[in-house]
Amino acid sequence: MLYREAGDFKTTYAKDQQTFPIAFDRWGYRLTLAFAVLVVPFILNDYWTNAVVLPFLIYAIAAIGLNILTGYCGQVSLGSGGFMAVGAYAAYKLMTGFPDLNIVFVILLSGGITALVGMLFGLPSLRIKGFYLAVATLAAQFFLVWLFNKVPWFYNYSASGQISAPERSLFGFAVTGANAHPATSYLFCLGFVFVLAWAARNLTRGANGRKWMAIRDMDIAAEIIGVDPLKAKLTAFGVSSFYIGIAGALLFAVYLGAAEVGEAFGIEKSFLILFMVIIGGLGSIFGSFAGAAFMILMPVLLKNIMVGQMGWPTDLASHFQFVIVGGLIIIFLIVEPHGLAQLWRLAKEKLRLWPFPH
Amino acid sequence: MNTQDSYVTADGRTIGPPMMEVKNITLRFGGVVAIKDISFDIREGEVRAIIGPNGAGKSSMLNVINGFYHPQDGEVWFHGKKRHAMKPHQIAEQGIARTFQNIALFKGMSTLDNIMTGRLTHMKSNMFSQMMWWGGAQAEEVANREIVEKVIDFLEIQAIRKTPVGRLPYGFQKRVELGRALAAEPKLLLLDEPMAGMNVEEKEDMSRFILDVNDEFGTTIALIEHDMGVVMDIADRVVVMDYGKKIGDGTPDEVRNNQDVIDAYLGVAHD
Repeated sequence: MLYREAGDFKTTYAKDQQTFPIAFDRWGYRLTLAFAVLVVPFILNDYWTNAVVLPFLIYAIAAIGLNILTGYCGQVSLGSGGFMAVGAYAAYKLMTGFPDLNIVFVILLSGGITALVGMLFGLPSLRIKGFYLAVATLAAQFFLVWLFNKVPWFYNYSASGQISAPERSLFGFAVTGANAHPATSYLFCLGFVFVLAWAARNLTRGANGRKWMAIRDMDIAAEIIGVDPLKAKLTAFGVSSFYIGIAGALLFAVYLGAAEVGEAFGIEKSFLILFMVIIGGLGSIFGSFAGAAFMILMPVLLKNIMVGQMGWPTDLASHFQFVIVGGLIIIFLIVEPHGLAQLWRLAKEKLRLWPFPH
Repeated sequence: MNTQDSYVTADGRTIGPPMMEVKNITLRFGGVVAIKDISFDIREGEVRAIIGPNGAGKSSMLNVINGFYHPQDGEVWFHGKKRHAMKPHQIAEQGIARTFQNIALFKGMSTLDNIMTGRLTHMKSNMFSQMMWWGGAQAEEVANREIVEKVIDFLEIQAIRKTPVGRLPYGFQKRVELGRALAAEPKLLLLDEPMAGMNVEEKEDMSRFILDVNDEFGTTIALIEHDMGVVMDIADRVVVMDYGKKIGDGTPDEVRNNQDVIDAYLGVAHD
C-alpha cells in the first residue's frame, strides 16, 4: 500500500522529472546510502572488502561506463579491458611522474586520458556498426595490451614489467599502497561510485541521453530530427571511456596495488564487464549495479557454499564455479533477456497495483 | 496567379510566396532514375500534397528536401536562398521536420521522451551542466517540457505520456510521431503517408490534426498520401508524380481533370 504514486502530487515539471518519483523508492535510496556511509565502514573486515565490496564498487563504475556506450548509445564494445588498462597506466605514470598530485586528481585525470583514447578508438563507429564495431573494439583491446607490454616507458622500465602503486593519502589517511585501511579504500571508492552514478543518471535522463538513445533505437531517424551522429557517438565513447578509465585506475591503485597488463586487463575483463551489463540490463544505471553485484557475488557465494559448507576440494569447486556461473548466465538470458533491471521494473509495476491488480 | 504574391484562400488562410523550391531535381541510384528533372514549389502556409502510384519517387523527393539524399542534378531553394549540400541534422536545425512512412519512433523510450527528442535542436545546454543537472540544463529541460506538454495536449495523448511507445497501438504511434515532428516547431513539416493503414475514424482525426497544425501554428505542410479523398479535401495544391516524372501540378480540381493523371492512375488502353 505504501508503494504508490497516487497521493504524491507533482506540481512542477522539475518534480515530475526526478529520479525516484515514488516516495518509497526515495526513502529506500536515502537509507541505502546512509547505511553504506555510516554502517558499512565499521563492520567491514579485510576479507569482505577485498573479495566482495571493493571489486563490486569498482566494477560497478566500469559497468555504468559500458552501459552508457552499449546500453544507451547502442555501440557494442569489447575494448573495456584495454580502456581500463589505459586508466591504470595513466594513473601509474601520473603518480610516479607527479608525486605531489592529489590522488583524486590522479584518478580523474586518468579518466580524462582514457576518454581521449576511447574517442580515438570510437572514430570507426561512425562507419561501422554492430558486430563489425565489436571486432574493431576488440582490436583496440589487443593493441592496448600489447602496447603496455612492449613499451617499457609505460611501466617505468621496471624489470618485472609490473606497475605498482606508491602510497598516496587523502586527508591524512592512506588510500593506496600497503598501509591503506579497508574502510578508507572502501569510502574512497564509494565516493567515486556515488558521484559518477549520479552524474551518469543526470546525463542519461536529459538531452544528452535522449540523443544517445535516439541513435541506439533508430540512427537514421535520429539524424533526420537533428541529432549529429558524429557528436553523439563520440561523446558516448568519451564519457564511457572516462568511467572505464576511472574504474581501471581504481582497480590498479586502490584494489590490486600492483598489476601486469595482460593478467589484470586482458580480454576476459572486457567480457566480464559486458556480461555485467547484459545480465544487469542494458540502458539502466540500476542494472549496472545489479549486474556487477551478480558477477562479483555469485562466484564468491558458490565458492563459500561448495568449499565451506560441502567440503569439496578447492580445484573441483573452482571448476564447478565456472560451469554454474556460465549456466546461470544462459538461463538468465533465456528467462529475462532484458536483465535484472527489467525484473526489478516488472516487480515494481506489480507492486504498484498490489493487492488489487485489476 | 503570380508566383511571388500572397493570396487568401476560400477558408481565409493567407498563402505566402514560395518557401521551398526544388528546381530540376534528378536523383539516380546507380542505373535507376528515381526522380527525373522535377521542379515545384511549396508556398508559405499551404498544405501541399505529393501523390502518385507506388514507386513514383515521392518518398525520395521528401528525402531530397530534408537532405537525406543528395540529388545528382538540380537545386533546392529554401526561403529564397540556394541551399548547399548539408547533413540531415543541419537541415533539421533550419526548421524542417518530418514523419516517416514506416513508423520510426525510438522504441526504447516513453512517449514523452520521444516527443522531447523533437526539441533536441532547441536544447543547447552543455554537457557539464547536464551532468550536474544544475542551472542551465534543468531550466532548459523544464522550459522544453512545457512546449512538449502543449503538443501532447494538442494531440490528445495525455494518458499515454509515460508509456513506452513500443506498447502503443499503431494509430497512437503515428500520432506520437507527428508529435515529435511538431515539437520541433518546424517551418516546414513533411509527412510521409501519415494516414497509411488507418481506419476511417483515425484518418478523420489525423486530417483534423494536420489542418489544425496548418491553421493554428501556420506551419507549411507537404504530405504524401494515397487516400485521394483525403488529399482532395485537405490539400491546397497537388503535385502528381509517376515513374520519377512530374505529370501534374495544380489545385485538386485541376489535377482531378488532368488526362495524364487519370491515365497514370487508371491505366490507358493500348490499341
